[in-house]
Amino acid sequence: MSATDVEMPAIDRRAERRRERAISKAENAAFSDSKRRLSSPAATIAALIIAVIWTIPTLGLFVTSFRQPADINTSGWWTVVTNPNLTISNYLNTLNFKDTLTVGQSFVNSLVIVIPATLFPIAIALLAAYAFAWVNFRGKNLLFIAVFSLQVVPIQVALVPLLSLFSNGVTIGNWAVFPGLNLNGVDGSFARIWIAHTIFALPLAIFLLHNFIAALPVDIMEAARIDGASHGQTFFRIVMPLARPAIASFAILQFLWVWNDLLVATIFTSGDNFPITKLLTDLAGTYGQTWYLLSAGTFLAIVVPLIVFFSLQRYFVRGLLAGATKG
Amino acid sequence: MTAFFLWIAGLPPLAQIPVILLVFGVVVALILFFIEFAPRPGRGYAIMRLVVAIAVPALLVLVLGVYNDAVWLVPVAAVLGAGLFLLDRRARGGRGSLLQLLAFMAPAVLLLAVGLLYPMIKTIVGAFFTNDGSKFVGFDNFSHVLAGTNQGLLALGNQIIWVVVTPVIATLIGLAYAVFIDKSRGEKVLKVLVFMPVAISFVGASIIFKFFYDYQQGNQIGLLNQVVVAFGGHPVNWLQSYPVNIALLIIILIWTQTGFAMVLLSAAIKGIPDEQVEAAELDGANAFQRFLNVTVPGIRPTIIVTWITIAIVSLKVYDIIAATTQGQNGTNVISYQMVRLFQNLPPQTGTSSAEAVLLFILILPFLIYNANNIRKQRLGL
Repeated sequence: MSATDVEMPAIDRRAERRRERAISKAENAAFSDSKRRLSSPAATIAALIIAVIWTIPTLGLFVTSFRQPADINTSGWWTVVTNPNLTISNYLNTLNFKDTLTVGQSFVNSLVIVIPATLFPIAIALLAAYAFAWVNFRGKNLLFIAVFSLQVVPIQVALVPLLSLFSNGVTIGNWAVFPGLNLNGVDGSFARIWIAHTIFALPLAIFLLHNFIAALPVDIMEAARIDGASHGQTFFRIVMPLARPAIASFAILQFLWVWNDLLVATIFTSGDNFPITKLLTDLAGTYGQTWYLLSAGTFLAIVVPLIVFFSLQRYFVRGLLAGATKG
Repeated sequence: MTAFFLWIAGLPPLAQIPVILLVFGVVVALILFFIEFAPRPGRGYAIMRLVVAIAVPALLVLVLGVYNDAVWLVPVAAVLGAGLFLLDRRARGGRGSLLQLLAFMAPAVLLLAVGLLYPMIKTIVGAFFTNDGSKFVGFDNFSHVLAGTNQGLLALGNQIIWVVVTPVIATLIGLAYAVFIDKSRGEKVLKVLVFMPVAISFVGASIIFKFFYDYQQGNQIGLLNQVVVAFGGHPVNWLQSYPVNIALLIIILIWTQTGFAMVLLSAAIKGIPDEQVEAAELDGANAFQRFLNVTVPGIRPTIIVTWITIAIVSLKVYDIIAATTQGQNGTNVISYQMVRLFQNLPPQTGTSSAEAVLLFILILPFLIYNANNIRKQRLGL
């Protein structure tokens, strides 16, 4: 009996979905006529031109990364049409290319930085977002506006004191209070950049997750409370599973943001734990004309965000639409 | 804590990921555990609350590490915790509710206060002191930064050019593109092509365009110069010729931001009811009139949000300058100069802070506008 109970709504939902699909198909058919009229040939051509212009620079460097180093500096990449002489050795050489560390090592560093720096703020922000949405306390609105405002504060303003906080600690007057983390010169420590990225991500994370959690149906939350669920249980059993799409959206934004970051990495990493963006910037300064290296290095750095982008595009767009204020 | 971080730093990089995640997971689990048990009635839970209220602040101080002459902080933290417990006993929502709220909010609020608010205030104060922070100098740092020989005025001017030009052009192209491809065949593919640069780092974009702008003796390998040559011109060392180089650098940012604008505006355009467009069509409005009188008013709020967001991004731009010209040939901007001053030996903390404050002042109007909006929204609910 319980089996049918569970299945009935499922069938209902499936039927409903089928009906919806049929309706939207009919609508599409009805509008297909006006569709063709709306996109005039001139507009289509203009769009195509923009699309081509937008793609060519990337294509150029992409093609270059597969050409022989000798060819790259003597002929343009477009000559590949008449003289295709491709190789993947650029990528192998680049991975083992050693500056302060090899490009391959910096790629690993990027991973080590990005995974904790994405997960930490999610956990901390979820807790705060829940309290902002469903716990009543005095000064809530004011605190929320303050957190929201912090989103646009340029991180440049916070970098220098935060670094000195990490390395020198705090002294109030003559009292030395905190000794700081004392990680200066400790190559291989990612603590500072994890903490920095976590802090800088919190305002946006709280804002995005709060917007989603606050929009959950009041009925569900009320029902949970009447059933005797505490805040802890509501948070764990109801909010966390339901907030999964918002968590995914933020996770992707944060992943791309940390992976692509240069500024925070410049201040909070040193020597052995440079991420790939920082190493690439240094290489671009020192080996400005060694294009086999720069092109392959760039695409090694780009490939991870592009994979994330193409596989999770829907969540990414949703995140951008929901929190269009982070820079 | 330092000892733990030192230990973890000794591990191979990839092994650090699971270890730190495990430790963090345990801390979060403890917080959740406390959240769950804090509000329960009964003497046993009350004692647990008391122990936690006293022990956590004291432990926090110990874990962060105290100097010997500040050991008094530990009992102070414990006393404060006990005070919290007493406050909690009289709290409106019942016993345990205040401590529970703190468990929810404290991690985020503490981190933001220590990592963003305190540094911000310190930077603003630091802008009025000498580089070693020992002497108050009034506005000397600002006048020093903006003096003619220090590139400050140029950097400020450039920064303003960036923030004025980038959002306008990126929003315009993004809007045009969104309208052009709306409901056309292959809309998805066309969207992805322009949207893709959003996922690419500024460093990656900079190198892509550096190659595009490349200048060589003899055969050109940069497409831009090749085009110039094809039309019979002489190749130019683009990134070294002021003031064209500023425009070319701004193009890099526009390239990355247009896709963002396009996606936002495209979503807004799809939100306009079809009836409005059809009504305008029946009234005999042509495509351009429909766009101007129906579409644009319908998406005005989105246009403003897009514009502001890109303006803020262009105010903070650091990566593009760092990966291309490093501020040479008249391309310096404040957000880059500020980091460079700090990285000087010895660090020019005072002047660097002054630059950061200038940046902050430039961003202030956007901050106030945004905060105002959200305040209205929340009070309106």
